[in-house]
Amino acid sequence: MNEMTTIAKTTLKDWESDQEVRWCPGCGDYAILKAVQRTMPDIGTAPENTVFISGIGCSSRFPYYMETYGFHTIHGRAPAFATGLKLANPDLDIWIVTGDGDGLSIGGNHTMHLLRRNLDCQIMLFNNEIYGLTKGQYSPTSRVGTTTPSTPFGSVDRPAQPCAFALGAGARFVARGFDVSKELPNVLKAAHAHKGAAFIEIFQNCIVYNKDVFQDFAAPKGAEDRQLWLQNGEPMLFAKGTKGITLDKDALELKVVDVVDGDWKAAGVIVHDVTNRSVAHMLVEMRFGEFPMALGVLYDDPRPSFEADVVRQNAAAREGKTADLQGLLKKGQTWTVKEGGPEL
Amino acid sequence: MATAVVDEAKTPDVPLSDAVVVRFAGDSGDGMQLTGGQFTLSSALAGNDFATFPDFPAEIRAPQGTLFGVSAFQINFGSSEIDTAGDAPDVLVAMNPAALKTNVPALKPGGLIIADEGEFNDRNLAKAKYESNPLEDGSLAKWQLLKLNISQATLDAVKPFGLGNKEALRCKNMWTLGLALWMFDRDRQPLIDWLKAKFAKAPELADANIAALNAGHAYGETAELAGPLKQHHVPAAPAEPGLYRTLTGAEAIALGLVAGAQLAELPIFFGGYPITPASAILHHLSRLKEYDVTTFQAEDEIAAICAAIGASYGGSLGVTSSSGPGIALKGEAMGLAIMTELPLVIVNSQRGGPSTGLPTKTEQSDLYQAVYGRNGDAPMPVIAARSPADAFECAIEACRIAVQYMTPVMLLTDGYIANAAEPWHVPDLMAYERFPVQFLTEVPEGGFKPYGRDEKLARPWVKPGTPGLLHRIGGIEKEVDTGHINYAPANHQAMTDIRKAKIDGVKVPDQGVELGAEGGKLAIVGWGSTFGPIHQAVRRKRAEGKDVSHVHIRHIWPLPANLGELLKSYDKVIVPEMNTGQLKTVLRDQYLVDARPLNKVSGQPFTIAEIEAAIEEAFQ
Repeated sequence: MNEMTTIAKTTLKDWESDQEVRWCPGCGDYAILKAVQRTMPDIGTAPENTVFISGIGCSSRFPYYMETYGFHTIHGRAPAFATGLKLANPDLDIWIVTGDGDGLSIGGNHTMHLLRRNLDCQIMLFNNEIYGLTKGQYSPTSRVGTTTPSTPFGSVDRPAQPCAFALGAGARFVARGFDVSKELPNVLKAAHAHKGAAFIEIFQNCIVYNKDVFQDFAAPKGAEDRQLWLQNGEPMLFAKGTKGITLDKDALELKVVDVVDGDWKAAGVIVHDVTNRSVAHMLVEMRFGEFPMALGVLYDDPRPSFEADVVRQNAAAREGKTADLQGLLKKGQTWTVKEGGPEL
Repeated sequence: MATAVVDEAKTPDVPLSDAVVVRFAGDSGDGMQLTGGQFTLSSALAGNDFATFPDFPAEIRAPQGTLFGVSAFQINFGSSEIDTAGDAPDVLVAMNPAALKTNVPALKPGGLIIADEGEFNDRNLAKAKYESNPLEDGSLAKWQLLKLNISQATLDAVKPFGLGNKEALRCKNMWTLGLALWMFDRDRQPLIDWLKAKFAKAPELADANIAALNAGHAYGETAELAGPLKQHHVPAAPAEPGLYRTLTGAEAIALGLVAGAQLAELPIFFGGYPITPASAILHHLSRLKEYDVTTFQAEDEIAAICAAIGASYGGSLGVTSSSGPGIALKGEAMGLAIMTELPLVIVNSQRGGPSTGLPTKTEQSDLYQAVYGRNGDAPMPVIAARSPADAFECAIEACRIAVQYMTPVMLLTDGYIANAAEPWHVPDLMAYERFPVQFLTEVPEGGFKPYGRDEKLARPWVKPGTPGLLHRIGGIEKEVDTGHINYAPANHQAMTDIRKAKIDGVKVPDQGVELGAEGGKLAIVGWGSTFGPIHQAVRRKRAEGKDVSHVHIRHIWPLPANLGELLKSYDKVIVPEMNTGQLKTVLRDQYLVDARPLNKVSGQPFTIAEIEAAIEEAFQ
């Protein structure tokens, strides 16, 4: 275990590696990288205790650009590496960087199990609804009808919803942001503050293969009407407080209501409670268009983390026992061969 | 060598035998593995050398009485060195018609069949596809036949304990074991003690089982005069003085891994996923937490190895284990461990393949997979264990190479070794050389190079959490020394050459000769669990005056430096393998020697006779 020491204050520069960043000019990844580098000093951890682990894909180059420890692993498996590393050293602060293909297609299984186990780490899933590094095939989050080199007549299969997947897998923290959003650092801080697996879907603009697919809600113009930024303890209001989200008690589903003169209570607008799992399930299922895009911390209700439970169980199993390997080798039914023959 | 002295005065009337092979066969639910295991222990306590071969079906609860539901346990025990579970049984205990049908063909002519006639009813005969009762129709004439109603005798013996019919019949195996203990002049007390401990919470079950055991034993005593049942005494085998225990290959690997990690002064992290026949290693290790062991049952084979690599990255000794199909899934991650040069031990308990193949049967057909089975030029040391006891040594060796050379290492064992038991002279751990790991903790003179190298060409091992040594690793080609991403042609050539040179340079002991001489007419060259039959066959043929030697290779990759010269010193080289000729191909490729294959892929180990026949043929 590392000793508790006062961590020296850092600045953005301290988190930038000397490696040249090689994403396409204008890629949303640049904004996310900057947001993370800007947030790390505020979070207040030490670079040497921080590890970024990624799989394969454009987003997975991320660790090379962070002045921390970093492991660029294999396609889809970053959660498994993170699990082994965290069990080997629970003091490390682990960030997983993945994408819609890496984390939900080839690595969907590992994402699911990491979330249900609740390993203490942050998972940033960059969702650009496309395979960028392999030059533009449709991904598991691409919308039906997406035309790509592998789907020249449009994709047929329905997309996965990352936050619904995460919540269904048992995640105790689910949040959403997007690459150029000013709110992204706050979402990252909340994720880090959560002890356990913190899942963050970050919409990311792939300017080469899937340009501006999130513009309908991410564009600054009209954002107020199209983005619902959730705040714990605050009413779910958008459109400058003229609209809100309420529960249709007959249909048992959410609906948008008009708020007259700011009287959201009269309109029945729900106050966001990040620990309400039922409402979280409805928020992650909210269809954009009919509803605004739900952003920020959708759900946050910690439970004991996997590695903490493993450490506890290992310690209990070790309690009162000594590691006498020579004694272990002799365990069980033994016999001694003497010059005169065997005996019990 | 001290020779154990047997008190022959104690059993003056009992004929002596050198070695006996007994096969217990019954339905999966008849407890044959347990019977065999306990009989093995009694053999150990009697001072016999022994080897065992559990042979059980892949189905967990196969329909009762069926041919595919037969479970068997064979033990060969004797007063001289025993290397195999024996070719043909001398005694077959058949608990039902299906067990008789599937096992009797292997029985020695004149061998003894003990059959539970209570189970030879029309229904069970039909399930075993017998048209008439073999106990009655004379079809077993070439063997001695002893029909006993074991089921009824057991029911009678346990009657006082008020068990239900089903539970009472579960004691059949103890009745049978009691008879077997009498046949081979064995002490019942250790077994009685074991039953009392096992059923401490249900004393009536302990009493019933003990009563069945005693009844079986008493039957032998009283029925001796009539019929073919005779008592034999197998004297103790000569053995080095010291403390012994029985050991299976799975136990040996678990213990060896813990020992290896302790010699390296590292915590051990084991990532596993259930698969036959490798799961037993996970089971053993998961109970050894006090030895700084963390076990992790992952969501799949890939996650198991990836978590182990993650743990190695964090400064633990990462270990993963599987069997062929699971090893195939781990291939990509092995490549990453090679590329990032992190220590890792991968245990492959081989089974019959390809695909799901024969999950509970043994084979050695993953040698190509171990040596060559990855994308790119991805060299990796490979070690093969020859026996359960040897698996302990091999596991330590695998740990040593992994940490000293910063490389994944594959340890090959197989289903036969994993499940088989043999006597093990408990080693003194103080006698093993320690190889404590030195992590890099501060910037060395000349600056920190994540891919700088020591004299073994190993790169430094830095634990995340270490100030001043921050760096990034990954599967993309790394620049020499700095470890930065680098796609330059000359750099890839240099790094590929370094990775190869590092593994080629792994120091392995020179190849010795197990039996015979360096040079001569014929060498039988084996690896892995074929050790037993090769060794016995070579011994017998040498006793007949044949110039034949036994060479057994532990280090499959890199091969011992002197191996080429050694192989070329024989006129002929035969390589027996439980595959279609994989080591043979490697030896031909490496040394241009005319290695001849001897192959068997039936899911069963070689018999001594099969190797003897090959030797005989080579001299014609």
